[in-house]
Amino acid sequence: MKVALFVTCLVDLMRPRIGFAAIELLEAAGCEVVVPPSQTCCGQPAWNSGDRAAAAKLAKKVIAEFEAYEAIVAPSGSCADHIRSEYPVILADEPEWQARAVALGSRVYELTDFLVNVAKLENVPGSFTGRITYHDSCTGLRSLGIKAQPRALLAKLPGVELQEMNGAEECCGFGGTFSVKFGEISAAIAERKCANACATGAAAIVGGDLGCLLNIEGKLRRMGDESTQVLHIAEVLTAK
Amino acid sequence: MESRAHRFKQNAVDSLANPVLQASMKKAKGKFVDKRAIAIKEIDDFEATREAAKRIRNQVIENLDLWLEKFEQTATARGAKVLWAKDGAEICRLVVEIGKQHGVKKAVKSKSMLSEEAGLNLALAAAGIQPVETDLGEYILQINDNEPPSHIIAPVVHKSLDEVADLFHKTHHTPRKTDIPQLTREAREVLREHFLTAEMGISGGNFLIAETGSVALVTNEGNGRMVTTLPRVHVVVTGIEKVIPTLEDLATLMRLLPRSATGQSISNYVSVLTGTKAEGESDGPEHLYFILVDNGRAEVVGSEFQDMLRCIRCGACMNHCPVYQTIGGQAYGWVYPGPMGSVLTPLYTGLENALDLPHAATLCNQCGVVCPVKIPLPELLRKLREKQVERHLRPWFERLAFRLWAWVASRPALYGLGTRFAVRYLEWLADGKGSISRLGLAPEWTQGRNFPAPEGKTFRELYAQRGRNG
Ligand code: SF4
Repeated sequence: MKVALFVTCLVDLMRPRIGFAAIELLEAAGCEVVVPPSQTCCGQPAWNSGDRAAAAKLAKKVIAEFEAYEAIVAPSGSCADHIRSEYPVILADEPEWQARAVALGSRVYELTDFLVNVAKLENVPGSFTGRITYHDSCTGLRSLGIKAQPRALLAKLPGVELQEMNGAEECCGFGGTFSVKFGEISAAIAERKCANACATGAAAIVGGDLGCLLNIEGKLRRMGDESTQVLHIAEVLTAK
Repeated sequence: MESRAHRFKQNAVDSLANPVLQASMKKAKGKFVDKRAIAIKEIDDFEATREAAKRIRNQVIENLDLWLEKFEQTATARGAKVLWAKDGAEICRLVVEIGKQHGVKKAVKSKSMLSEEAGLNLALAAAGIQPVETDLGEYILQINDNEPPSHIIAPVVHKSLDEVADLFHKTHHTPRKTDIPQLTREAREVLREHFLTAEMGISGGNFLIAETGSVALVTNEGNGRMVTTLPRVHVVVTGIEKVIPTLEDLATLMRLLPRSATGQSISNYVSVLTGTKAEGESDGPEHLYFILVDNGRAEVVGSEFQDMLRCIRCGACMNHCPVYQTIGGQAYGWVYPGPMGSVLTPLYTGLENALDLPHAATLCNQCGVVCPVKIPLPELLRKLREKQVERHLRPWFERLAFRLWAWVASRPALYGLGTRFAVRYLEWLADGKGSISRLGLAPEWTQGRNFPAPEGKTFRELYAQRGRNG
């Protein structure tokens, strides 16, 4: 199966390693991976800030870039959901574009969801050893139903001991632009998430959305915790 | 009530710095959230019940005028007078008029959010009518210099027992006590006197039932019954959206309301009050008035925010909101806090008076998941943001930032160059450490946490290199 990888702007800028890990996993699942070179950002920040015009512009760009592919995969629940659920809303006034958005949306997947439910990945290449705890990012969890998929993949690594934290499904306080508009509230929410995660004694906090992970890692480091790792699930599954 | 929503950010910072409030909020969170989770399991088909409740509420709101007419007819037939108020000032005027007409010196009140919207207590006092709040929480706030509530069903959730003990000691001139049953008894003794001497009772209403012309009151303290049955005059002040068709609909909604609110299967008291005292009956008011209030609601009917009118004021959205849990309700600056307040306050008091509220959410959708009438709160918040942008109400640099980002992101070559520079800059800031402790471009981020350093090159750079190498 030919799969197009939507890298996401945060991965592009901050953690390219996650993009390469995603490629490795998709290839391990027998897919041929393409990375359309002109891709940039899905437009979610603009949409969530109320700028419909900017969001529509980027939505059209993504549709044109990706609609030729059989499946489109993103290592982020919130970006995948933005394309899948929001593009048709953003383009509601332009029926032709909306139809293209709907058609594309049905083929857009979050990485772990795709690996488990579509590509049916058997063997994961990673080799993590130790206790980890998993943070369920809000949009992936509540919009796309990502809950069992990452856990099923982690269970394939014999060295991983998954210890669930209290409030694993609670928001970490990131919220995209919320984190810079209301820094203090955002950081206070993150503090609670970090406390819950650390109470499990895990060596690594793992999640599927880089935004949340940057938030959690930033708070941990500010709290003086230099040792707890904060990793994207693709990194754990590939030992990147 | 005068809105302080424009000061949201400062209010929030104050809340974060208030240790008593922080401790109280932590305690409350577990209680509300855990109890609801257990209580909804008692209903076999919770999702279907939510769907039914949504239908009932939509049915009314889509034809609000017809249902209100019907309610007016049935209520009038049972001896009540139905009055209409456009805004808070009109509520105050009508209640004061009714009070004067019946020679009222004192009015006992059961919790009514509408009277908070109107600032009714001040108006009553100014007209020489003493208002006495009888809901324990509201009473505590009233004797604390009319402090505003922080939650729609638990108005003093932000307060500690110690604070209440001090307040009672100071106000009642009694020995200080910290035992909750003793404090409750003390309040009850003070209030009993008021119940017996007040000529007028003022209550809100959880639902108005069109079929019977009744008002349904859902409370956990007995005060609601006293307020509505002891005084000669009873005034119900509710929003026009509170009407529902039948008693059977009430039964459906009552399966959801207490469970969503406090995690109870049913609240301690549910009263369905119909008409004035008939001849030969022993209790009930001689005069019953309904003041049905618009105060911004009519304009929401038929708008893209209409879903919000389904709200049954259970408070579940705030109890589950990470932002509310962190800063409490008073920070939101008006009558309604949390996600529902962040939608209602701008709608009812004006978009320009609550610029921060629609943004004061992470859009995690925990609120939407728990709302018993399925209000898509995150979607409504986002729509409000869009309205603000349309009306040029956001700061210019914010609007420019998103425009600029979209402009750059539509030009892959420029984007590639820009991100390459951005990453180098961040790396330089990190100075070999794993994270950045002060970010000049987004100072808010680093107020309470670091910003992790990037890896050094962007994905597109590395991918292009990989292409060349392999
Ligand atoms: S919006 Fe929904 S959850 Fe919030 S108070 Fe209203 S009914 Fe309850």
